[in-house]
Order: sequence, then C-alpha cells, then structure tokens
Amino acid sequence: MVDFSLWDIVRNLLLAARWTVSLSLIAFIGGGLVGLLLLMLRLTKRPLAEAFVGAYVQLFQGVPLLVQLFLAYYGLGLFGIDTSAWFAAGMGLTLYTSAFLTEIWRGCVGAIPRGQWEASQSLALNFGEQLRYVILPQAVRIAIPPTVGFLVQVIKGTALASVIGFMELTKVGKTIANATLNPFLVFSCVALIYFLLCFPISRYAKSLERKLHVAR
Amino acid sequence: MKIQLDFMAVLAEWPLLLKGVAWTLALTAVAVVVGTLLGIACAWVRGRGFGDTLAPGWVKALVAGYVELIRNTPFIVQLFFIFFGLPAAGFKLSAETASVIAMVVNLGAYAAEIIRAGLEATPKGQIEAAASLALNRWQTFVRVVLPPALKKVWPGLVSQIIIVMLGSSVCGQISTQELSYAADLIQSRNFRSFEAFIVVGAIYLLLSVVVRHALNGLAARFLFGRG
Repeated sequence: MVDFSLWDIVRNLLLAARWTVSLSLIAFIGGGLVGLLLLMLRLTKRPLAEAFVGAYVQLFQGVPLLVQLFLAYYGLGLFGIDTSAWFAAGMGLTLYTSAFLTEIWRGCVGAIPRGQWEASQSLALNFGEQLRYVILPQAVRIAIPPTVGFLVQVIKGTALASVIGFMELTKVGKTIANATLNPFLVFSCVALIYFLLCFPISRYAKSLERKLHVAR
Repeated sequence: MKIQLDFMAVLAEWPLLLKGVAWTLALTAVAVVVGTLLGIACAWVRGRGFGDTLAPGWVKALVAGYVELIRNTPFIVQLFFIFFGLPAAGFKLSAETASVIAMVVNLGAYAAEIIRAGLEATPKGQIEAAASLALNRWQTFVRVVLPPALKKVWPGLVSQIIIVMLGSSVCGQISTQELSYAADLIQSRNFRSFEAFIVVGAIYLLLSVVVRHALNGLAARFLFGRG
C-alpha cells in the first residue's frame, strides 16, 4: 500500500487539470468557428438554412451533453473510425459549444437596430460587407460578456468527458479517490481546482457586462 | 463497411426506458419544488433594493459562497462529492438520495441568481405602497415583491430547470436508475450502444420540449393566473 501525501494528490490533480484546460480550449475555439459558420448561415435568411440551424440548436440544447458524448464515442467507432477519447470528447464538446455560441451570438446580432442594416444597404454594401463593416463590429461588443461567461460552461462541460474515459481532472480525481480511499479530500480538491479555474472567468464576464451597461 | 442499426432491439426493452423516464421526471420534480424554494430563500438573503433583508452579514457571506461555489464547479463533481465524499465524513447516502440532494443544491444556486434579478427589478413605489398599507416585511415579500418577480424571470428559470433535468443524466454514473442508466443497461444486454443512446437522446429531446411547455402552461394557469 502506497501512502499518498496531500502534495501527491494535489500535484497529480494539477497535472490532470492541464487536460481539462486543453480540452476546454479545443472545444471553445472549435465551437466558436462552427458557431460562427452557423451564424452566417442563419443570417442569410434562407428558410432552409434557418430551419437547419434552428433544428441543430434545438438538438444540441435538448439532449444531455453526456448522451452526446456517448453518441460521439460509440457512433464514430461504428463508422469504422478509430475513436480515441480525445477525438470523441473534442468533437462532442465542439458541436455542443457551437450550438450554444451560435444562439448567443444570434441574440447579439438581433440586438443591432434594423436601421443599421438598412443604412448599410443603402450605401450599396453587399451582405458580406454589411456584416464585416457595420453589423459585426457592433455585435461583437455586446457578444463578449456572454461569450466569456459561456467559457465557464465549457470548462464544466469537459468534466463529462470523464465518462468516456478521457483522463481529465474529474476522471483522475476519481482514480485517485479510489487509490487513496479518501474521496472526501480528493473531491474537495477537484472542486477547488474547478472553482479556481472558473470563478475568475465568471467575475471577469460579470465585470465586462457591467462596463457595457455603463457605456450605453 | 455496411452499418446495420437495430432500433427494435432497444425498443424491445421499453419497460426499462419507461422506468428511466419515470425516475428522471421524479428527480426533476423534487429538484424543481425544493430547489426553487431554496433559490427564493437565497435570493431573498442576497438581494438588495426590495426592503432590507434582516439576515446578518455572515449568513449573506455563507449564501454568496454557496451560490458561487456551485455555479463554478461541474455538476458531476458535486454529485461525486456528495455520493463518494460525504460517506467518508460519516453521512451515508443511497444513490437516489445523493442524486436528489445534488440536483436540489445545484438548481438552488442557479435559481437564486435568476430570482434575485427579478426581485431587484421591483419598482420602489411597490414597496412604499405596501408599507403604506401597513403590510409587514413578510407580507410585503410574499404578496407584493415575489409574485411579479417570479413571473418576470419564469422563462429563465424554466430554461435552468431543463438544464438540470438534462444534467440528471449524470446521476446514472452513480447507478441511479434514471434514463441514461437505462441506456447503459440496455447496451450491456444487447450491445446496441449507439442505437440505445440515440433512442434515449430522442426521449430527452422530447422530454425537454414537453417539460418546457408544461411548466410554462402550468405557470400561466396556476401561478400567475390571477395576474
């Protein structure tokens, strides 16, 4: 029986937290790109595109992330793709994140007054130019606080990757808890690390939001 | 490679699925009732600007700590802490009890912030009017401040309730027999893992639509019916 000191536990958890952070970044960046694409698709106002994105959002927001990850894990294997936990978790979380971000951003674009669209149209800007020079610069400003806030949801979401065998903070925590027979201490440390990751981001998002309201 | 999906093998296990749905709905129902009450209490302690709260400073700090701690850690870790961690400290809990507690505690923290936003949007005149009618603090809160506040934030609260319901899928990991646990059980019987999770995913999707409509309808009919 090996004895674990508190430092052994904390050190191993901190090492595992690297993978939580990496997976969060992959999901956030990947999800941002896919989300942007979906946003563009929706802004074209083609009925088919709008219906597709609407269904996509409803699907990923209405099915638990846990089930999505299982589907990515088993589904990819079914199609003969060699599924590593990395790939399945990365893909599952990317799709999940994209659905939420595209919905958040749609709200932000929707908050831009109609007159701005009409004015840029009357300046003979085409659709791409309208977005690029008039709409998006304004929408990005209001989009930043909720987007930063959503990063917290992504980090917390990565904890679910543990169930498909991804060795991140939660999974390593569970393993260490089993090895040390001290789940109380280990899960307290795990929760504390998540808190230290998420709380500053939450605070930052809140302060951004406050600043935005003052500016208006 | 040819892929053959066999959904009938999954649907043949419908009693398991039905039991899973029942558990998911039961867990959610308890979490909604108790969690919302907890949220109201915490919002009352934390909020400002609708008649001063009498709670002492340390209670406010405690509630603030609870709300921030829960909102900034994953639900699965909260669940593991309650189910695996607390027994080590002397509280033995069954999987179902641990699941209910985790969901209540989780929803309570989110509901607190949502409801607080509603409470703090109460116009000052309403409180002054209540005071001029000689309503005491309790009457003012329950009859004047709370109902319109709840009505205002109800859509946000319902969204959070749906998130908690979907989050309850994690409870299967500690062998609570809810819907995703049923999927796990079915796939261990017939090895149709992909089909099992597709079916269960579809059921969750259906549940989230139905529960949202039901909560909105119920609220309009019973909670805010008298305007």
